[in-house]
Amino acid sequence: MFKTIKDLPRDEYLAPGHRLCAGCTVGTAVRQILKASGGNVVVVTATSCLEVSTSYFPQTAWRVPWIHLGFENSAAVAAGIESALKALRKKGKSNEDFHVMVISGDGGTFDIGIQALSGALERGHDLLYICYDNEAYMNTGIQRSSATPYAAATTTSPPGARSIGQRTHKKDLVGIAIAHGIPYAATACPSYPIDLMNKVRKGLDVEGPSLLHVLTPCTTGWRFDPSLGIEIGRLAVLTGLWPLYEVDRGVTRLTVQVPKREPVRKYLELQGRFKHISENEINKIQEIADKNAEKFGLGPIKE
Amino acid sequence: MKSWKELPIGAMIIEPGNSIEYNVAQWRVFRPVLDKNKCTKCGLCWIFCPEGAIVRNEDESYEVNLSFCKGCGICQRSCNVKAITMIKEEGL
Repeated sequence: MFKTIKDLPRDEYLAPGHRLCAGCTVGTAVRQILKASGGNVVVVTATSCLEVSTSYFPQTAWRVPWIHLGFENSAAVAAGIESALKALRKKGKSNEDFHVMVISGDGGTFDIGIQALSGALERGHDLLYICYDNEAYMNTGIQRSSATPYAAATTTSPPGARSIGQRTHKKDLVGIAIAHGIPYAATACPSYPIDLMNKVRKGLDVEGPSLLHVLTPCTTGWRFDPSLGIEIGRLAVLTGLWPLYEVDRGVTRLTVQVPKREPVRKYLELQGRFKHISENEINKIQEIADKNAEKFGLGPIKE
Repeated sequence: MKSWKELPIGAMIIEPGNSIEYNVAQWRVFRPVLDKNKCTKCGLCWIFCPEGAIVRNEDESYEVNLSFCKGCGICQRSCNVKAITMIKEEGL
């Protein structure tokens, strides 16, 4: 259990020199995740920003065993690796204690990979599935995914006279995961490193499948200054749009308390993808935050 | 960069973490400068840096490794005592 920043390990398992954009919080999130794992992991990565930018041939940024796959089968391959390791241990051919971890983007989780994910969760493999969510297909040029929030502009949900941007709402991934009856699922954000790292530790230690949904603000796709990534993540939590909670064997618990919420306007006005929206849409997004607040017990809006 | 004749057969990468050979410093417009007198050694810049460009020494002091820094400025924003300033690189 990590309590302060001084407790966190010094080891870096994601080497510098990867080609993620300057100011990309995925780098921050993956550094924190791998620090928490202690290096005893096999990482499975579906096609995503993270995959293309950490494995420019002939170089790699990974210092842990790592395998790259197509969008759709990361959870299936992780399940296979987990079964293979189990079989080797059973036959006495290996005594290594490796955990299996998937790190996949929102496209590879919410849209293309959800069938494999559902299968792996249902079969009860001992793996940790981490979805880092930058709310669109950033790697291919900011196309909408089913994780894109209401009213956000992407290249395939452009705003205009007859469009408000994205018309649909974000899927509840943790809800989908819990519906499989898995022991542990949680949301996290790299702006709260201790919280994120403790959740990774818990997800790895728990027997059976676990899922972590991490919000990673994207400087290129959300259209904000590269230095603001961590602050925007923090505002997402403080406005109630991204409540940090965990579901541990059916018990839901808020892990970061928000006694006084910020109005969502503060979060939206920093991002270029919400530049077009009217008062009407802002009110609708505020309603989403209010619903979250009611559901998870966040405080009232700051005056 | 190695030519294809020097690379292992089968497109294998045999050295983990060899991306450190790549120089990201050329991406940078602004350079972080850390004022060690103001620094309270809280470690926030170190844990929030997306690159791992902030070095945490054994004595809990911090410094910036400029060869890994892309100049995003997250460290400056995360510093509560304003010990980090972003300075424009010369020749740009």
